[in-house]
Amino acid sequence: MGESVWVLGASMTKISRYPEKDVVDLAAEATFNALDDAGVSIFDIQVLAAGSMFNMGGIGQAVAKQVGQTGIPIYNVVNACATGATAVRTALVEIQAGNADFGLAIGAEQMGKMGLLAGNAARDGANKFEPAGRFGGVMPVDGWLGSGTMPAVFGQAGMEYAYENDGVGFEQFAKVAQKNHEHSALNPLAQYNKVFTLEEIMDARVISYPNTLPMCCPTGDGAAAIVLVSESKLRTLSLEQQKRAVKVSASVLTSDPWSDGGESQPDVNTLTRNAADKAYELAGVGPEDLDLVELHDCFATAELIHYDNLRLCEPGGAGEFIDKKAPWRDGTMPVNVSGGLLSKGHPIGMTGAAGVFEITTQLRGEAGDRQIEGAKVGMAHVIGLGSSCGIHILEKAAL
Amino acid sequence: MANQIPIVDYLVLDDGDPHLEANECTKCGALFWDRRNACGRCANREFTKKRLGTTGVVRSFAIVHQAAPGVPVPYVSSVVDLDGGGDVKANVVNIEPDPQHVTLGMKVQLTTFVAGTDDEGTEAVVFGFEPV
Repeated sequence: MGESVWVLGASMTKISRYPEKDVVDLAAEATFNALDDAGVSIFDIQVLAAGSMFNMGGIGQAVAKQVGQTGIPIYNVVNACATGATAVRTALVEIQAGNADFGLAIGAEQMGKMGLLAGNAARDGANKFEPAGRFGGVMPVDGWLGSGTMPAVFGQAGMEYAYENDGVGFEQFAKVAQKNHEHSALNPLAQYNKVFTLEEIMDARVISYPNTLPMCCPTGDGAAAIVLVSESKLRTLSLEQQKRAVKVSASVLTSDPWSDGGESQPDVNTLTRNAADKAYELAGVGPEDLDLVELHDCFATAELIHYDNLRLCEPGGAGEFIDKKAPWRDGTMPVNVSGGLLSKGHPIGMTGAAGVFEITTQLRGEAGDRQIEGAKVGMAHVIGLGSSCGIHILEKAAL
Repeated sequence: MANQIPIVDYLVLDDGDPHLEANECTKCGALFWDRRNACGRCANREFTKKRLGTTGVVRSFAIVHQAAPGVPVPYVSSVVDLDGGGDVKANVVNIEPDPQHVTLGMKVQLTTFVAGTDDEGTEAVVFGFEPV
């Protein structure tokens, strides 16, 4: 399997809107802080993987020009909402392969107020209807043949789970959002820190039922950077560096295999289950060993179904799982103690790296007010539609 | 009667007997709505057309209140499991768009209506599903 890889440094900017900065500023800030945190310089880094969904076109090189152009291999990666996790894994694989001892992964995004993602505007004043494309369409179909907007797509994913399992409905989905907003009040890096009652969430403006406004993640700006090191190099570093390093016990990336029903509704379950099973196998741990999980709650409906996909609850038991408050920070399986995408924020390309930052910080015992005491093993999960799933299991292990 | 054209090519109008037609893999039977280079399931490269049922049940839905500019809201986006096999994404129509009226597992049937007209007077026909 190649050499073990450790997180040596991690950083993220506060998620916010930064109209006075550009995406490279944000990535550079995260990079400087991650390098300082790792106790290394840009001249130590032998491979860089950088990802951004909406700021493409060689962001890795653009950042290198601002943080130090050393001529190392640079990978620019895009995998929708799994972009940041893909960057982490790309740098990690290069170290595993023996091509580098130090690697840097960056996830960065500047979205501003983009509003709804996907879907298309209605078209009027059509000149002539002519079939085009793989569906032979004559006009944009969003709104006519269902919705491709994210709140609806993930709303449907949740409702499908509700159809197949008892004890799941609007209230269970809303409870997820109540939890994550409350968690975010403890996180100074979160985009929002506002606590809502369950009633406020259920009575809020509907975006796509069952997702109301506080059940949908915001758009935002931010960057996260992770410095990775090979185990053999880590052994040569200072005791302080070794003490704060966190082992990457599993790094997994999956795509969606063909599945029945996947043509009409993106199947976000199968690839997540495949990734989780592989990650548990690689790490030699089970869900019962996890002290906390950061999972991809782009919408409240998404978090609920991932309790089941990641095997955090009994099969079919995600409704009961949230009803008994298991995923709250003082529950049996803390989920999204950062506030999650719902309130910490979700700058698309940043998110996968931000999840690794959060788990690293928790396992180091440096998470401040939001610290889960004694956390030793954690999971960071993301999914990008299309689809890609990235899972990292990190461990506070002895070197 | 005005000239009509289906909004997508998997809707077959057939002079008043509208139905959906999928591309079926000749090897494994997987169904696709779009043109495929090979089957996503078994990688076979040959397909045949398959006529699908016009009734089914709502497997999932979302009631869309916010959409891109110009798209009328609210509307019901859904996935319908078709009787006889296959599933399709479509709107549930001719129903109050609220969770008291739209329910998981409800029985529905295919219906068609005009979505727009081009400068030459050709009507684009769209399909949806209405309560049985």
